[in-house]
Order: sequence, then structure tokens, then C-alpha cells
Amino acid sequence: MRYNEKELQALSRQPAEMAAELGMRGPKKGSVLKRRLVKLVVNFLFYFRTDEAEPVGALLLERCRVTREEPGTFSISFVEDPERKYHFECSSEEQCQEWMEALRRASYEFMRRSLIFYRNEIQKVTGKDPLEQFGISEEARFQLSGLQA
Amino acid sequence: MAPGSPPGLAIAAMKLNERSLAFYATCDAPVDNAGFLYKKGGRHAAYHRRWFVLRGNMLFYFEDAASREPVGVIILEGCTVELVEAAEEFAFAVRFVGTRARTYVLAAESQAAMEGWVKALSRASFDYLRLVVRELEQQLAAVRGAGGPALPLPLPQPQALPQSQPLSPTPALAPPLPHWPSALPPKENGCAVWSTEATLRPGSEPPPPPPRRRASAPHGPLDLAPFARLHECYGQEIRVLRGQWLSSRVQP
Repeated sequence: MRYNEKELQALSRQPAEMAAELGMRGPKKGSVLKRRLVKLVVNFLFYFRTDEAEPVGALLLERCRVTREEPGTFSISFVEDPERKYHFECSSEEQCQEWMEALRRASYEFMRRSLIFYRNEIQKVTGKDPLEQFGISEEARFQLSGLQA
Repeated sequence: MAPGSPPGLAIAAMKLNERSLAFYATCDAPVDNAGFLYKKGGRHAAYHRRWFVLRGNMLFYFEDAASREPVGVIILEGCTVELVEAAEEFAFAVRFVGTRARTYVLAAESQAAMEGWVKALSRASFDYLRLVVRELEQQLAAVRGAGGPALPLPLPQPQALPQSQPLSPTPALAPPLPHWPSALPPKENGCAVWSTEATLRPGSEPPPPPPRRRASAPHGPLDLAPFARLHECYGQEIRVLRGQWLSSRVQP
């Protein structure tokens, strides 16, 4: 699949929601643990060799599952192939918990559901649609019906 | 995706979970926009008619509407969408900044379709959505704080989730958010103001985040401001802090 790699690389240089050096193991059988700089930017997880400025790779965090593995370790897999896991080893339970929470909230789909939720709640309290001020109240992607997908 | 590259060759192409991307492109969830567009192959190339599907901040394009796998995807972060002067009618461009950055020239089949696409694409970025969500989050806290007892951000607890709860799709209108602590950890302020230089140099500390805006603060001048102004104001705060942080950093 073609994609705009330069722009994705530029994105990897943007300020991150979270960044840390973690142990990372790929999904292939027999993969070894490697130290990687892991950086969360919008709904992408970039991973770099610790001494390089360009990322080795990126994971789009849509339709993904974040699962606790051994203590201090979590994995990311994708809905269509849940056994194919990317493992991440953290330096503490706390760091592991922090990453898992951040990654669960990192998808566009999660953001969209949050928006619909807040919109609905505000409307219940005030009787007004808070999206009107942004001129986006009619967009199909923000309708309550989108949640029943 | 290139596996390792042989010695002497340029850096291998960046890996991307393309298979998951393809599944995301073709999954059952409702799309944000779809339709035929003409895509210009390159600066002097011809237009190709492709089936475009916008989902989130990903603009996929297929050979046709029945294709199982996208030909490609345009990742829509850090771009602007503008009308262009082109020989082709109903043309518009998705423009990225930076040296050697690509501009995608697209053409719709009607004025209405063009306008629909320009609107949808210009608001497709994750960044934009996040700004809106943060704004609504504060509005909700404000309206709840204004009347009634002072409550922490009253987000319902999720049902007990198994540890490997998939993010989507949610079958029912379940509350999507975990319970936010009343003092969010600093990184929840928007984007952390780390530059890449800092993140790649071991031992350097990130700058302090901007002070958390009190959701229950009395109505200020920004309350009824248009979204663009809000965006600009938040951005200014970040820029000032970043400037302070950059000038205070000790150079190795």
C-alpha cells in the first residue's frame, strides 16, 4: 500500500503525547527484545533505535487491543489478528499502567466516541448542542447513531 | 515493507502495520466520506479515477469501489486543504508543508462533492478532533460545576473490562471513557511540548507543562470566542513555554 512516508516521518518529529525508552519485541516468532525509543503522536506509535532520528517503524493505533502481559509488560495487537502481538517492556508497573491507559485513548475512534459522549452530556445539561459553535453539528461522524456501529 | 537493507544501501523504508491499515480501510464501521475522485499521478501526470474512503485521519484510495485492498493512503496530519486553479474542474489540493513535501491534487465530479470533500478533509486530523474534545471536556465540567454540588469530572465508570478489551466496536452506547482523576497527569494537557532533540538525548527532561486550565474558572473573554481564537490562544501558551524551555536548556 502506498503511503506518504515523508509526512509520516515528519509526524514522528512532532511533540509527543508520551515518549520513553522501552524494551520492544516484534510479533514474529523468535523476535528478540530490543531497546527502542517509543513515541506516541496522535494515533501513531513510532519506534526509533535509541541513537537515530528517523523511526524504524510506526503502528497505526486503530482497532487495536492493549493487553497486560507479564508484570511491567504490555502488548499491542490488532482486532483482525489478536495473537500477533507487539510486546513492550517497561521499567516499572507505574510506567506500564501509564502507557496502557494512554494507548487505549490514542485512537481516532476513541476520540470520536468521547466527542459524541461529551456532546450528548452537555446537551442533556444545557439543552444546547455544543458543536454548533464549531459549525460541525451536522457531520455524520459526530452523530449518536455512529456509536451503534 | 523492506526488511533490513543490505549494507551500503540507503536507510530501509519505514515499517508500517500495513495489514492492519488495510483492515481498518475496509472494516464495517461507517466511513466519514466516500466517493470517486480523480487523483493526479504526479506534477505532469494524468488523473486517475479512484474510489476514495475517508476514515478518521486516513484517506484511502482504491482502484474501484469493490476493491478489497487500498492502492494507497494519504495520512492527513499537518496538511491544509485548498481550492486550486487547474485544468480539471472541481479541483482541490491536499498540501503538506516542508521541503520536498507532496501536494495531492484531486478533482471531484461536482461542485457539491468538491465542497463536501474539502470540508471533510480539512477537519479530518486527529489534532483537530482532539482540540474539540478537550474543549467539550472543559465545557462539560463548567456546566456541571456551575450548578449543583462540586463534583470531579463526572465520567461514568466503565463496566468491569477484561484486560484485553478491544477498543472498538462498542456494541452499545457504553460510556467510552475511564474515570479521569481530578488532577490529570501533566502529559494530558494537549501535546507534551517535547522537541525531538530532547526525546532522543538521554537524560534530558521535558519542560513543565502549561498550568492546567481550571474548568470551573469564571467565564472569561475566551468563553464565547470562535474556535480559531481558542486554538490560537492555547497554541500561544505552548509556544511561550517552549521558548522558555529551549532557552533554559543547557547545551551539551
